[in-house]
Amino acid sequence: MLALEHVSVTFNEGTADEKKALQSIQLTLEQGEFVTVIGSNGAGKSTLMNMISGALYPDVGTVSINQQNVTALPEYKRAKRIGRVFQDPMAGTSPTMTIEENLAMAYSRNKKRYLVPGVNKKRRELFKEKLKTLHLGLEDRLNAKVGLLSGGERQALSLLMATFTEPDILLLDEHTAALDPSRAALITDLTGDVVKETGLTTLMVTHNMQQALDLGNRLIMMDKGQIILDIRGAKKQALTVEKLLHEFQRIRGTHLDDDRAILG
Amino acid sequence: MFISIFNAFESGIIFAIMALGVYLTFRILDFPDLTVDGSFVTGGAVTAILITNGMPAIIATFIAIVCGFIAGTITGLLNTKGKVNPLLSGILMMTALYSINLRIMGQSTIPLLNQSTVFTQLKNVFESAGLDGIINQGLTGLGLERTPSTYSVLLVMLVVTFFIKFVTDYFLKTEIGLALRATGDNERMIRSFSANTDFLTVIGLGFSNALVALAGGLYAQFTGFSDLNMGIGMIVVGLASVIIGESVVGTKSIMRTTFAVIIGSIIYRVVVTLALRADFLDNGDTRLITALLVILALVMPRLIETYKERTRKKKKRVALTEQIKEGA
Repeated sequence: MLALEHVSVTFNEGTADEKKALQSIQLTLEQGEFVTVIGSNGAGKSTLMNMISGALYPDVGTVSINQQNVTALPEYKRAKRIGRVFQDPMAGTSPTMTIEENLAMAYSRNKKRYLVPGVNKKRRELFKEKLKTLHLGLEDRLNAKVGLLSGGERQALSLLMATFTEPDILLLDEHTAALDPSRAALITDLTGDVVKETGLTTLMVTHNMQQALDLGNRLIMMDKGQIILDIRGAKKQALTVEKLLHEFQRIRGTHLDDDRAILG
Repeated sequence: MFISIFNAFESGIIFAIMALGVYLTFRILDFPDLTVDGSFVTGGAVTAILITNGMPAIIATFIAIVCGFIAGTITGLLNTKGKVNPLLSGILMMTALYSINLRIMGQSTIPLLNQSTVFTQLKNVFESAGLDGIINQGLTGLGLERTPSTYSVLLVMLVVTFFIKFVTDYFLKTEIGLALRATGDNERMIRSFSANTDFLTVIGLGFSNALVALAGGLYAQFTGFSDLNMGIGMIVVGLASVIIGESVVGTKSIMRTTFAVIIGSIIYRVVVTLALRADFLDNGDTRLITALLVILALVMPRLIETYKERTRKKKKRVALTEQIKEGA
């Protein structure tokens, strides 16, 4: 479904601030896989997301979706096939527009936009039906401006907007990190439900190890622009936070030793 | 007195078209577009030169709209493809248009006094149908001594301006219109929903300046001349209309806000006309009046809101102290 081959990117190349954000990343996602990505700050998780969405382009390497090379395709064209939820609840919706208008924009994702009304009776019914699945009562507030909603409600709406047109790939960029614990739990549950129901191929970045373990059927750990751990299936189900921390320590340790060996 | 207010209404309704254009960029696209000062004159210049060369006024006006559209798209391309800051893109285009407008006109003023313009044609239609006479008879019956020479401008421009308003309302609710609004509101979000925000910004600026040029073309025909300097300060007049209208009429929905912009434009003209009737003010003070109006429209709603809040809290405090007293 999604394949990254030898994807590398370096920021500020040739200056003192040079940073190798991604180093020859090899990653293949099968149809329906739900991958959680963990790693410390600056590990390259967000860069990886931006690389897939097309917000950033790799220095070398290719990105393919469904065997089609999309490396040079601009973000807005790739977006027909990629749904995305951002960390900031304000980022995924348009605050001055109503709930139904926001959904109408999401509805047009994989279609050409025309000079026909974005909201009509038929679509409004569809939007209502979809909003009911959130259990937040938003289906009765179709004409409320999104700016009036709480952070949790906005993020739930963002998740719905990103997924209801069933794109090929769903990118979740720490989408619960800016919410309070109870709202975060709600969004986490919703995410699990939506992915299970639609079978979307999903990549989710998170800082929360427990969340990374609870959700998904494959786990990736990143560090210094590389994928250092890739666990799937039954092995992932058996993982605990302790084991993960231990693994992290072990790999980082050998990693450092390697560096020393090279330098020495 | 009645005549000058009537004239204020006439020019107010023509300028409302320009204000709708300013609303599209300033509010919808969140793009402070200064091209307006230039494209307004471009509209007037193109219309005037084509009419004096014998082209039918209505076709000349349509060509002016196209020229305004092109000017707007260039500003948009400067910003989106050239990555030039929005304000600077507009200033550069406005500066370039000054010379271009002079080239178009060949001289700094073109009179249209003895030419056939859309308004002289309309006036003739109204006269031959006897419409003006009927309305004036009614007004003299009410005791008015001096009556306007024609109602054609006001009535037809009301229809044209409201037609443009309804088209704009419809457009902003379409799939493309929604994406355009989101471009001004949350560009990153709408790009993640597969909208080409660069393209939308460019056509948004095109539409806006098309409206501005239409207003310029109509205004030149209304006043009977096109002048190289008639666009100076136009952006502020547009902003004044938008801001005054919004604070008087409100911004609850798109339909309401576009209506507010039209009302704002008329209020602006009427207030300036009334102010200039004061003996100590003359034409040169128009800009000062404009600035004061905008400041008033920006500051007053907030002052009123603060005052309301304060009285509300005071009431609550009084009620609480009484409650406590009663309890004791």
